[in-house]
Amino acid sequence: MLVANLKAELETEVWDCLDNVTDPELDEPVTDMGFIERIEVKDAKSVKVEFRLPTYWCSPNFAFLMAFGIRREVTSLPWVIEAEVQLNDHCFGDKVNEGVNSGRAYHDIFAEYCDGAKLDEVVETFLAKAFDRRQETVLLGLQALGHRPSEIVTMTLAELQQVTFNGEEELRQLPRYLDLLAVQGLATEPDDLAFTTWEGHEIAVADLSDHLTRLRSTRINMEFNGALCRGLAKTRYKEVEIGPDGPQLIDFIAGHVPPREEAAATD
Amino acid sequence: MFKTPNGKEIFVIDGHTHFWDGSPENQANIHGKQFIDCFYAYHTNLSPEDQLWEKTKFEKYSEDDIYRDLFVEGPDDMAIIQTTVLSDFYKKGFGCLERSSEMAKRHPERFIVNGSFDPRDGEKALEYIHYMKEVYDIQGVKMYTAEWNGDSKGWALNDPSAYKCFELCEKLGIKNIHVHKGPTIIPLSKDAFSVDDVDYAATDFQNLNWIVEHCGLPRLDDFCWIATQETNVYAGLAVAMPFIHSRPRYFGEVMAELLWWVGEDKLLFGSDYAIWTPGWLVEKFWNYQIPEDISAERGGVQLTDEIKEKILGLNAARLYGIDVAAKKAELAGAPVQIAAE
Repeated sequence: MLVANLKAELETEVWDCLDNVTDPELDEPVTDMGFIERIEVKDAKSVKVEFRLPTYWCSPNFAFLMAFGIRREVTSLPWVIEAEVQLNDHCFGDKVNEGVNSGRAYHDIFAEYCDGAKLDEVVETFLAKAFDRRQETVLLGLQALGHRPSEIVTMTLAELQQVTFNGEEELRQLPRYLDLLAVQGLATEPDDLAFTTWEGHEIAVADLSDHLTRLRSTRINMEFNGALCRGLAKTRYKEVEIGPDGPQLIDFIAGHVPPREEAAATD
Repeated sequence: MFKTPNGKEIFVIDGHTHFWDGSPENQANIHGKQFIDCFYAYHTNLSPEDQLWEKTKFEKYSEDDIYRDLFVEGPDDMAIIQTTVLSDFYKKGFGCLERSSEMAKRHPERFIVNGSFDPRDGEKALEYIHYMKEVYDIQGVKMYTAEWNGDSKGWALNDPSAYKCFELCEKLGIKNIHVHKGPTIIPLSKDAFSVDDVDYAATDFQNLNWIVEHCGLPRLDDFCWIATQETNVYAGLAVAMPFIHSRPRYFGEVMAELLWWVGEDKLLFGSDYAIWTPGWLVEKFWNYQIPEDISAERGGVQLTDEIKEKILGLNAARLYGIDVAAKKAELAGAPVQIAAE
């Protein structure tokens, strides 16, 4: 029993660390998206994570990034000695699995499949979109709290950190926004401007409205794709049966994807 | 013909439909199975429950099915059938010009069948374009840039080999280029769904109409920027449409974006049949209004009756040179019916 409890505890630790891996395209944790299918801990030292994307055709380069992200997070747990990552049912799955478990750096693996090119450009493009989406949430939150445009564009990092938000989405996105500001070096000192463009340019008061117009397009696209991906992930292994009450959607591989709570509760 | 609650008759051209064979017998490998399975997941995810189909019917449906679903039980006056061959995945092809044309022969007044080609075939692609024009008199083509072809796992509209094909299309009067941006796999270093190539191709071929299916999704934001700058870029609404049922607010946001950036004259209705059927889509669309708060964020754009009529048929009629009044008269003389087998 003690052993089983420990195993369940460690599995929960793995689940929690995977919250830090995001789908680069959607800027949402892979755990929230329902991509993680199975976690197995053996002998309190080796971990196997299986994941699955909403379709067989999801972008292979993002699949690579998520696989390497999972590996990075799992191996950062102090008790983990061995980690295996497995992408299931994907058109590029074999190559992703071979690459991520080879122990080599992802740039090396990647270079083999694109004439030596790096993925940095795509990563940067989607990081910029993630930044826009997080920033929009914070900006709209400030507007809702009654902050005027002139206050918003001159607000410093220290001032932003003192604002009390109420909305769930603002509370979720603010730390993520601050995190990106720091990682990108866009605002590191308390007196630095809290809001710039991704390129680091200041936003003029007169331009704030246009700036928000652009951010809105980015957010709508990401939310739409997120909704689509969640839906497809949910229906991927279902089929329709037409019974006396009309058509019904049923699991044809019952119990194929165990919900997180169940996995955590196993003992 | 869709009849509004006030009795007005709305002319409907379904700009994006398929007549496919995705059955196990036709699948050449696992990729063929996964391709139709993916379509089926779209169908099950976004259809109202009473519109769900069983898998076997979805994999391969009959000539009677398509006619009934589009024209008898559905409101379409005309439908554009898109060709998607996928010869690396399906033994006899997935949606082929020959098979669709054979089906369309029963009701030629209602179907426009578009062709397709693969620029990576080089000289053969050029010969094939001539063949499609001569034998089928095609007016448009469907380009699927994610199609596999041997070692190649995708191509771009601005590849030099593609430009040679578009030059020929322009010369032969094949004016409507429908583009579907699926996930290209190689090179892995690029965004698999990038729509940047549409920008180049549309600029360099001003006499061709570039209809970007699924309105550039999953790159709606990038697509809107491009479409704003190019006068010959249009948005096909297939895949966005069914959100009207499951996520009406998202649908409103997407429509507001498209009306704001792309404009009411450049949006084309498409059901993506057989993924979805046009009956419920058109009915819900006619009754739909963009929520006021969303509209207010985009300068008050709204789906008025006049704009809906353009989207449902008049815009496509313009691209395909269809005289709507004459067509209505022609179809009135050939009422819908299930042909006796």
